[in-house]
Amino acid sequence: MKRIALVGQPNAGKSTLFNALVGYRAVASNFPGTTVELLRGKALVGGRPVEIVDLPGTYSLLAGDRAEQLARDFLTSGEVDVVVNVLDASLLSRSLELTLELAELGFPLVVCLNMLDEAKHKGIEIDGERLSALLGVPVVGTVAARGVGLKRLLSAILDARPARPRRYSADVERAISRVEEVSGPLAEASGLPPRYVAIRLLAGDSSPEGLAEPDLSPEIEAAREELRRARGEDPALVLSAERHASAVRLFEEVAKVGHARVGWRERADDVLMHPLLAYPILAAVLFGLFWLVFRVGGTLEGLLLPPLEGLSDWLGAALGGGLVAQLLVGAFQGLWAGVAIVLPYLVPFLFLLALLEDVGYLPRVGYLLDALMHRMGLHGKSVIPFLLGYGCSVPAVLATRILENDRDRLVTAGLAVMVPCAGRAIVVFGLVGRYVGPGWALFLYVLNLAVIALAGWVLKRVFPGTGPGLILEIPPYRLPALRTLLGKVWLRLKDFVVVAWPLLVGTSAAFALIEALGWAGMLNSGVRFLTWPLGIPAPAGVPLVFGILRKELSLVMLTQAFGTADLSLALSQGQMLVFAGFVLFYMPCLATLAALGRELGWKRTALVLLLTTGVALLVGLFLRSLALLV
Amino acid sequence: MNLCFEELPLASLPPGKAGQVARVQGGRGVALRLARLGIRPGAVVRLVNSGPFAGPLLVEVEGLRVALGRGVARRIFVRPLP
Ligand SMILES: Nc1nc2c(ncn2[C@@H]2O[C@H](COP(=O)(O)OP(=O)(O)O)[C@@H](O)[C@H]2O)c(=O)[nH]1
Repeated sequence: MKRIALVGQPNAGKSTLFNALVGYRAVASNFPGTTVELLRGKALVGGRPVEIVDLPGTYSLLAGDRAEQLARDFLTSGEVDVVVNVLDASLLSRSLELTLELAELGFPLVVCLNMLDEAKHKGIEIDGERLSALLGVPVVGTVAARGVGLKRLLSAILDARPARPRRYSADVERAISRVEEVSGPLAEASGLPPRYVAIRLLAGDSSPEGLAEPDLSPEIEAAREELRRARGEDPALVLSAERHASAVRLFEEVAKVGHARVGWRERADDVLMHPLLAYPILAAVLFGLFWLVFRVGGTLEGLLLPPLEGLSDWLGAALGGGLVAQLLVGAFQGLWAGVAIVLPYLVPFLFLLALLEDVGYLPRVGYLLDALMHRMGLHGKSVIPFLLGYGCSVPAVLATRILENDRDRLVTAGLAVMVPCAGRAIVVFGLVGRYVGPGWALFLYVLNLAVIALAGWVLKRVFPGTGPGLILEIPPYRLPALRTLLGKVWLRLKDFVVVAWPLLVGTSAAFALIEALGWAGMLNSGVRFLTWPLGIPAPAGVPLVFGILRKELSLVMLTQAFGTADLSLALSQGQMLVFAGFVLFYMPCLATLAALGRELGWKRTALVLLLTTGVALLVGLFLRSLALLV
Repeated sequence: MNLCFEELPLASLPPGKAGQVARVQGGRGVALRLARLGIRPGAVVRLVNSGPFAGPLLVEVEGLRVALGRGVARRIFVRPLP
């Protein structure tokens, strides 16, 4: 089967295009760096099935952050047959720089001019045929968000051809030939075009995989040095500047720039990024988000819970008291817990987060909080993993790939897993919000932020050194399509429905079994070393253990552990606060641990584990003493 | 005014004003990352606004907005355009 790679700069609309081509099976969002994994799907091209792979957004093939390396390594691995280069037509000049780089790689290429509507809005008119003639590859215009041009794009893939490579200035060409003379064997071994390999070596990229040995022979160094002396700049910058100039010339040949329209989207930043107004607005947005989630969730839960509880009681009575009956009732409890406790909060939260993402507010939050993040030795880009963390820690950990250095990645990942994900939000809302009061739920969130900030401040001292600082593209605001939003909510919900829900049912049943066999006591005394200092009754131990599988299980299993749906009969308000506070911080769930292990390595994951659990104990003790005082 | 020929750090541009990038100081890593977003010698950069609390700068270059931390912005020198 042919493999087709989508390559483009961040925010060109690649994920949207991918989703439209293969059906909604991937997540798209309006900020740089969302696609940090390879997403694969299938589509039909000329009646034949092909595999389509969505690569992380890349500004340039000269690898920058981890996500870009991933994209480039995949391209040079020899697994790709055709490249579809997705361009943001409203930023055509800049986007063409990547196209010129791709031309050097020699793949059969199709250029997809996406966001044609945006280009029009900006008054840019593009002559696609002329561009196609100049590059020597098919050029197709699309509006991915509205599904315009997709059929033409798919059929253009059949006509994909290697693009005509552009020439550099004479002195650069001389340097390239000089390198090429010695890099021939390397190129042959890697199967990459000799000219591409030479250019890459000239740029000083000595770590090309497949070019196994960083064999910077003296001849290559000499060529680099000569170019550096002649131009007064690093060869990589010279090459990039030349490509830029080429792209500008190409742009001027194919595009006419007329009058841009100025609408709300251009003016919105005057208010939303205003040095003074921005912060109250940011606070209001975040507060509004949680308030809405709580209101909607609380209302739905109130509607759903009583009938389901009644049903469960009835089932218990009808089945009698045998072991099988207990198992069945346990499984049923897991089932309804999913419906009544998890969905009411999860669905509104995911929807609102998707809305903020797609409108384009998230990178702005990064901008606004950059100064704050510096206190933790991080910079504004780290805000993005943090915010994603409010949905789920796994994408948060993956999103650390957009950071430039290892230290930032470790610190950000360590802190981001302490951000309460939707699962932990369920514990906070369902326990503290419901029984102690919404004010206390909010208090836990504020406390969480304070603790993360404090931990960041400490980590800054343990791992000194700051990265190069914030360089973040701020995309224009966009009006998201409802269909895209719902698609995204569904994608994230699917993970809950297919993974967590069965787990919920399974563990509920398993727990019923443990109870029936009288093993719960053993498990509970096993974790007494945690529950005792926190002043939590022993039966709450098992829910804490199961919370490692999925955080929301902690709440669901509490109701089972105490045999009542009304937890106020079993726990004091203070104990609820301590329990929820501990759950907020203690060790990340299994899925997150796996992601951490992959991204940071197991030693560093162990470090994160120690850190979070230590912090959780401290927070628990703090809340316990607070509860005694209040 | 011969001020126009003088090089200023980017952050010293008055908000709303544009300048032409004269040079980018520092290692090739930062220079390359900036170049990829269009911030390179010769480019025209407009300072949209600068965040409070020594926050980052918001600049516009080739129709694209970019947030730059203070540490990064300090390395960029521009010649103010009228
Ligand atoms: N106006 C417009 N918006 C689009 C188009 N294609 C995608 N978008 C939006 O642009 C944003 C970024 O798209 P995304 O697919 O996440 O970009 P990626 O970073 O390249 O994957 C999203 O909010 C999309 O809804 C288009 O053709 N026109």
